[in-house]
Amino acid sequence: MNKIKSLADLKKLQSEVQSKIKLRENSESPENLVQIKVSMATCGIASGAKDTMNYLIEELDHQGVDAVVTQTGCMGYCYAEPTIELTIPGKAPVVYGFVNKTKALEIIEKHIKLNEMVDGIIPVAYSTIDNK
Amino acid sequence: MNQMKDLSLHILDIVQNSIRAKSTLIGIEINEQPNENQLIITITDNGTGMSPEQLQSAIDPFYTSRTTRKVGLGLSLFKQNAEMTGGSFELESEYGKGTKVTAVFGLNHIDRPVMGDLVGTLLILICSSEGTDYVFKHITPTGEFELDTREVRQTLEDVPISHPDVRIFIQEMLRENLEQIKISE
Repeated sequence: MNKIKSLADLKKLQSEVQSKIKLRENSESPENLVQIKVSMATCGIASGAKDTMNYLIEELDHQGVDAVVTQTGCMGYCYAEPTIELTIPGKAPVVYGFVNKTKALEIIEKHIKLNEMVDGIIPVAYSTIDNK
Repeated sequence: MNQMKDLSLHILDIVQNSIRAKSTLIGIEINEQPNENQLIITITDNGTGMSPEQLQSAIDPFYTSRTTRKVGLGLSLFKQNAEMTGGSFELESEYGKGTKVTAVFGLNHIDRPVMGDLVGTLLILICSSEGTDYVFKHITPTGEFELDTREVRQTLEDVPISHPDVRIFIQEMLRENLEQIKISE
């Protein structure tokens, strides 16, 4: 049987990763990275936000795009879950609705990599009950 | 379209309440007791807690502390699912101290939701929520597995827990350890 991974194994990985990070540190700072917030409340989770978020993290890493993917609460667009807020450095944030894996890939390929917005943007003018 | 049909999704959802309550340490414990035919999920946090009035309304699906919408279904769905399997649900909270949610499910009950993708849920919680630490514990008759993210952070020193290589490591570590103790589906 294979040995099960433990914190001791993580220590080995830590030194490898640390040297990789040092090499890149000078070229990038966090504010220059693409930022994605995935709405992760009951409405989002019930619509598949967990799979969308794990897919985004894995696909962005796979494609070598440096991005920060974090979770956030309900943005009030429960009808359009899963929703994500995408911020390209230097640009205003954009909220996409109904982001399943197919949509997520389209957003990565077009919006993040080519800077072309795709269908499914929730208009800024949409008002939640908060500001009505 | 997915729905809230896995226990792992409920855990992800209930923990979001703890995160919103500014918890810095969240405990997630899953205890499988086939002899008693019970599966007990306990989530504890050191967040802001609730006042007695809030505690009373918390399981009301038409109560929420959010301002973005007018319903709050998380706890009520969790309670309903537990009670549907002949189990029970308990919510304890003290303002300024924290909250504890305990849900007991009938382990072999036909209506018990499946565990689902527990590793995926834990990965999101552990690797993508800054400023929150977790103590995860899963107990089965075969054994138990505990992971304290404070120890993980200590081991990682200045390497971020969200680093892709670290994430893959944690994913494998969780999967292997949960397989080892033979968790229920």
